[in-house]
Amino acid sequence: MRYSFISKKLVAVTLLITGFVSAQGHEGEEVETGAHDLKTQIKEYIDHHLLDSHDFTLYSYTTDQGEHKYIGFPLPVILWDNGLKVFSSAQLEHGEGVAEAGGNYYALYHNKIYKTDAEGTINFGGHHGEETHSEDAFGENLVVDDSHPTNEKPLDFSITKNVVFIMLVGLLMFLMFRGVANNYKKNSLPKGVGRVLEPLVLFVRDEIAIPNIGEHKYKKYMSYLLTVFFFVWIINLLGLTPLGVNVTNNIAVTFALALITYLITTFSGNKNYWKHIFWMPGVPAPMKIILAPIELLGTFIKPFSLMIRLYANITAGHVVLMSIIGLMFIFKNWIGSPLSFVLAFALSLLELLVAALQAYIFTMLSALYFGMAVEEDHH
Amino acid sequence: MEKLIEQFSFGLFFWQLLLFVGLLLLLRKYAWKPILGAVEKREEGIKDALEAAEAAKKEMQNVTADSEKLLKEAKAERDVLLKEAREIKESIIAEAKEQAQIEGDKVIKQAQATIEAEKKAAVADIKAQVANLSVEIAEKVIKEELSNKDKQLKLVDDMLGDIKLN
Repeated sequence: MRYSFISKKLVAVTLLITGFVSAQGHEGEEVETGAHDLKTQIKEYIDHHLLDSHDFTLYSYTTDQGEHKYIGFPLPVILWDNGLKVFSSAQLEHGEGVAEAGGNYYALYHNKIYKTDAEGTINFGGHHGEETHSEDAFGENLVVDDSHPTNEKPLDFSITKNVVFIMLVGLLMFLMFRGVANNYKKNSLPKGVGRVLEPLVLFVRDEIAIPNIGEHKYKKYMSYLLTVFFFVWIINLLGLTPLGVNVTNNIAVTFALALITYLITTFSGNKNYWKHIFWMPGVPAPMKIILAPIELLGTFIKPFSLMIRLYANITAGHVVLMSIIGLMFIFKNWIGSPLSFVLAFALSLLELLVAALQAYIFTMLSALYFGMAVEEDHH
Repeated sequence: MEKLIEQFSFGLFFWQLLLFVGLLLLLRKYAWKPILGAVEKREEGIKDALEAAEAAKKEMQNVTADSEKLLKEAKAERDVLLKEAREIKESIIAEAKEQAQIEGDKVIKQAQATIEAEKKAAVADIKAQVANLSVEIAEKVIKEELSNKDKQLKLVDDMLGDIKLN
C-alpha cells in the first residue's frame, strides 16, 4: 500500500514534469477507459451547466440502482402552442418523462422542450439531408453530434431557473436601493448598506456617466446605467456562487440588454449624430457615400459587441473554472488535485474581478454610445 | 455562431426584457431619483457651506484689517492728544512761572519800599532821641560840674587856658 502510494507520487511528479499528469499508465487499461468516461461526463456536465434549466436543481446524484435523484424543486412551464399551456416541470422528470398538456405531449431534449408523441419520440434529421433516424428521448443511446431534432418546438415562455434568478436579483435590487433611498428621507448621510452602495452609485455617475455623456445630458441616462451596472454585476457574482446560476452566459439575456442600449442610443440620437452616420462631415463626397453604410452598420455592431463581450467573457469564465474543477476528479492524485484546486481558487478570484469588470465595461460602453448620440456639433 | 442561434431562448429573452424594463422603471421611481436627488442636494449643501465658510473667512480678514486700521488711527490720535496736552501743560507752567516772577518782583519791591520808609522813620526817631539824650546828659553834666565854686572856677580856668593856647 505504502509502496504503491510512493510509486504513484513519483509517477505523478514525473508526469507533471513531462506534462501528462492525467495519464497514469501503470494502473492499466481499465482506468484509462474510466478516465475517458469521466472526461466525457465532466464535459457533458459543463455543457449542461451552461444551459438554462426548467427545474431549480441544487444537487443531483445517481443511486446504486442507476436511478437519477434530484434535490430541488420544479418550476412552472409556460408554452405557447396554439394556446397557452401551463404545467409543472416536474412532469418532464428532468428529460426522462413526457408531459401531457391540452392533448399535446412534450419532452425535454438537451434542456429544450419539444413537441412529441405520447412515447416521447424525438426525431433527428441529418445535417445535410442525411437519413433521418429516431432516438430514444431518454438519451440511452449515443446521439450523433451533428444531428438536430426535427420535432416541432413550441414557443417556450417558461419560468426557468434563469428567469427565477432574474426575478430574485430584481427583487433584491429593488429592496436594497429603495431602502437606501428611504434612508435619505431621514438623514442626508447614507447608513448601513447605503455606505457601500452610495460610492458605487457615485462611481457610475462621476466616472462613467459624466465623462462619457457630458455634464448637461447625463441625468436622463442615469437610471438605465445604474440599473444595468448593478444588475449585471450582481447577477455575475451570483454566477460564481455554488447555486449554479449562469444568467449572463445566455445570449438571450445579453441580447436583451444590448437591445435596450441600442434602442436608447437610436432614439436619443440628435441631428449631429445622424449627420455623422449618413453624411460624414469633413470628408470628400465619394467617401461620404462609402462611409454611410459602414457607419450605419457600426450602429448595429456596437451593441452587438456589447452582447457578445458579456456573453463570451462570462461563459469562458464558467467553462474554464468548471474544467479546472473537473480536472480534480480526473487527476485523483496528490499533486494534480491540489494544484487544480489552487488554480480553481485563483481563477475564482479572477472571476470576481471579471464579474465587476464586465458590468463596468457594459455600462461604460453604453454611456459612450449615449454620449455619441447626444454630442453637439463642435465644428 | 450556429450554436448560439440554436441556444437562443426566446422565452428567456422575453422575460429578461420584460423584467429588466420593469425593474428599470421601478428603480427609477423608487430608488435612483430619490438617491441621486438626495446626493445632489447634499453636494449642493456642501458646496454652499464651503462657499459660505470662504466668504466668512474673507469677511473675518476684512474685519481684522479694519480693526487694525482703527487701532492705528486711535493710536495716532492718542499720540496727537498727548502731544497737545504736554504742550498745553508746558505753556501753562511757563505762564505760571512768569506770572509768579512778576508777582514776586512786585511784592519784593513793595517790601523794599516799606523797609526803606521804616528805616528812615527809625533813623529819624533815633536821631531825635539821641539829641534829647545828649541835651539831657549835657544838662546833667553841666549841673554836676557847676554844683560848687571850685569846680566853676576850675572850669573857667581851663577854658581860659584853652583860649590862651589858641
